[in-house]
Amino acid sequence: MDAITQNLDLFWSGFLRSLTICLWGAVGSLLLGTTIAACRVSPVAPLRTFGTAWVTVIRNCPLSVVLFGFAFGLPEIGINADYYVFGLSALIIYTSAFVCEALRSGINSVSAGQAEAARAIGLTFTQSLTQIVLPQAFRTSIPPVGSVIIAMFKNSAVVGAFGVGRDLYSLGESLTSAQGYAVLPVLTGVAFGYLMITLPAGVSLGVLERKVAIAR
Amino acid sequence: MSSANVLYDAPGPRARRRAWIGGASATLVILVLMGLVLKRLADQGQFSGKLWGPILNPSNEDFPLVWQLLAKGVLATLTAAVLAIAFSLIIGGVTGVARMMLGRRSRMPIVALIELLRGLPVVITIYFASRVLPEFGVNLTGMPGGAGLWFLVIGLTAYNSVIIAEIIRAGVASLPRGQREAALAIGLTPGASMRLVLLPQAVRVMLPALISQLVVILKDTSLAAVLGLYTELLRQGNLIALNLNNPIQILSVVAVIFILINYSLSRLATWVDQRSARKTQAKGIEGIPAEIG
Amino acid sequence: MGQRRFSFTAGLAVAALSLSACGSGSGDAPKVAAKPSFDAGTTMAKIAAAGKLKVGTKFDQPGFGLKGLDGKLAGFDVEVAKIIAGAMGVTAENIEYVESPSKVREERIEKGDVDLVAATYTINDKRKKRVTFAGPYYIAGQQLMVKSDNTKIKGPADLKANPDQKVCSVTGSTPAEQIKPYLASDAQLVLFDVYDKCANALRTGQVQVVTTDNVILLGFVSKSDKAFKLVGQQFTKEPYGIGIKKGDVKFCEFINKTLKDNKAAYNKAWSDTAGKVEGASPAKLPVAAACA
Repeated sequence: MDAITQNLDLFWSGFLRSLTICLWGAVGSLLLGTTIAACRVSPVAPLRTFGTAWVTVIRNCPLSVVLFGFAFGLPEIGINADYYVFGLSALIIYTSAFVCEALRSGINSVSAGQAEAARAIGLTFTQSLTQIVLPQAFRTSIPPVGSVIIAMFKNSAVVGAFGVGRDLYSLGESLTSAQGYAVLPVLTGVAFGYLMITLPAGVSLGVLERKVAIAR
Repeated sequence: MSSANVLYDAPGPRARRRAWIGGASATLVILVLMGLVLKRLADQGQFSGKLWGPILNPSNEDFPLVWQLLAKGVLATLTAAVLAIAFSLIIGGVTGVARMMLGRRSRMPIVALIELLRGLPVVITIYFASRVLPEFGVNLTGMPGGAGLWFLVIGLTAYNSVIIAEIIRAGVASLPRGQREAALAIGLTPGASMRLVLLPQAVRVMLPALISQLVVILKDTSLAAVLGLYTELLRQGNLIALNLNNPIQILSVVAVIFILINYSLSRLATWVDQRSARKTQAKGIEGIPAEIG
Repeated sequence: MGQRRFSFTAGLAVAALSLSACGSGSGDAPKVAAKPSFDAGTTMAKIAAAGKLKVGTKFDQPGFGLKGLDGKLAGFDVEVAKIIAGAMGVTAENIEYVESPSKVREERIEKGDVDLVAATYTINDKRKKRVTFAGPYYIAGQQLMVKSDNTKIKGPADLKANPDQKVCSVTGSTPAEQIKPYLASDAQLVLFDVYDKCANALRTGQVQVVTTDNVILLGFVSKSDKAFKLVGQQFTKEPYGIGIKKGDVKFCEFINKTLKDNKAAYNKAWSDTAGKVEGASPAKLPVAAACA
């Protein structure tokens, strides 16, 4: 257990860094995912095509390949940024495809009558989408979107391998491989750190689900 | 609301014109962006024959070797994914059924285990399997395919079997209550009613979700490359790039291969879903973990 | 820039081709002892009787152990392993290579997955607790590599004053740990799984410094067509050893004697592989440490 007690400060800062990645990732992917979902149901055909292509390509590509594209592809075309920015952007873009699909399933679950009624009282596409359909869609989408976000929290571990560093995962690698600490306690500490993010997230999701559940 | 077109009228002439202008400009912006990227890549010499030749030119001396290695990588990825889904099905099936059959108290440990494994990143479970199991004297060196494959499979199975347990539970829960009641009423034991009546019906509803999970597992095999554990498609690509110094090119090919395989699997899932929906009139189950990777 | 980039890749390709070409030459393979005899019960006797040797090495380290497209391994570590194998009557074809990345090297030896590990394996006290080292067979030293037009960094001492100069190394490696005292903060350090990615990041301007053992860096410098240079002195000593099972003194002594007796083959192995790059020091077998 020395491995943990001696490096408690490292674990704490690694945990905070992972948590920060998760939170920014959640905000970013929710915003981007919603935008893509709006594209996919919009009246403008090229936007629909764009949304579909986005989802198809990204959903079928491993996160590690997307991350590689960011970390090594973008500098190749002259875009330089911190690996933290690259890693976070890749995570957000990857997750946005799943958020989009979860939201779309939510939009599809809003009964047609709602949209028809909105249209009947003269609301435009944007109005009926933002004031009638999406608010309801968000509520039904909470469980699937929530599990997408929790999955993203877990995926954030992969980002550490692409130059980001100092998160929980990289900490585990560094302590076990270079500094020679025993693997079991270090990895247990790392796993505990991730559980401290995902388990509370799961519990809050459950609470939220019960709060906003709508009988239909 | 099954289709989005309830959201807007069949557009009139003005809206059509607006949509056309909007669409054209959106297309233009996207095309210009893509053009810029391509130009930058061309300026950097990323389209040179030297970098692409071994991949695209059949008369290049490295061409057959590169594709043999990529084929080996695809095979390795598929092997790991198939093994992982097979083991996950068995273990997940047993856990899922056990969770449903046991009483509230005795299923506590199973629920705890499921929640624990579900909360861990897959890359951590694989890392755990590959580094901690050997410390406990687990020696898989002699296994066919090498120890790396099996550590990867164990790590993937640990994570995915609990997901599958949940899929099975949701599948059974989606069946009408009457099915179980009727089975019990004709004198079947709870075990027999699960085995003979509930599971066979649930499997049909679950099939699309299971295929989707296979896509997730396929993608997750590439984590072995991150850990340097097993030479699957991504790592094979990395090794080729080390020899030919063309990471961008090789990785693009690897990405395309992954997308093709996974896209076909996703289409298969949709097709199975529609087919079973037509046959059984059963609607898709809610609450099944969505395909997330 | 386009022009330079092209010649850079051309240089890379030529270097890669010549690297992969040399390891596979069967005509000049190290000599294989006809019928060596060893004391019964020693590791050498067991290996000689089996006619097979299992060697742990890296598969992704150009110059030391790199798996070519044809599946053949090439590099200095591989050649050294061939010399040792030859002395036990094991031919090059009968060597089985087991991929041994840095983090599993001790484990490979302890589990008996391999008979020996030759994988840019630095001898240090922490590792000596788990394995025995023969050699050293090469002494490297950690150094810095920067772009040729970089004037800010002249040595490790300049890193602290320039926290915007990102330093790249490999996850979990000794160089990554040893550079830390020279950095303004951990944020200055970028880690990847192989040095090739660091060299790539240096070229695209994502990082400004790459640090690891000089020989590995020299390989990148010679491939870069003067785009990269080494700066500063070697600030550590990295004696590369052959890892074997803890306490196998006889095997260790045998390896040391074999290398001493085969200096010609050793020199050739060096000049054919890692020693081929411009600026590499000539082959010189270091004096072996006492076996324990």
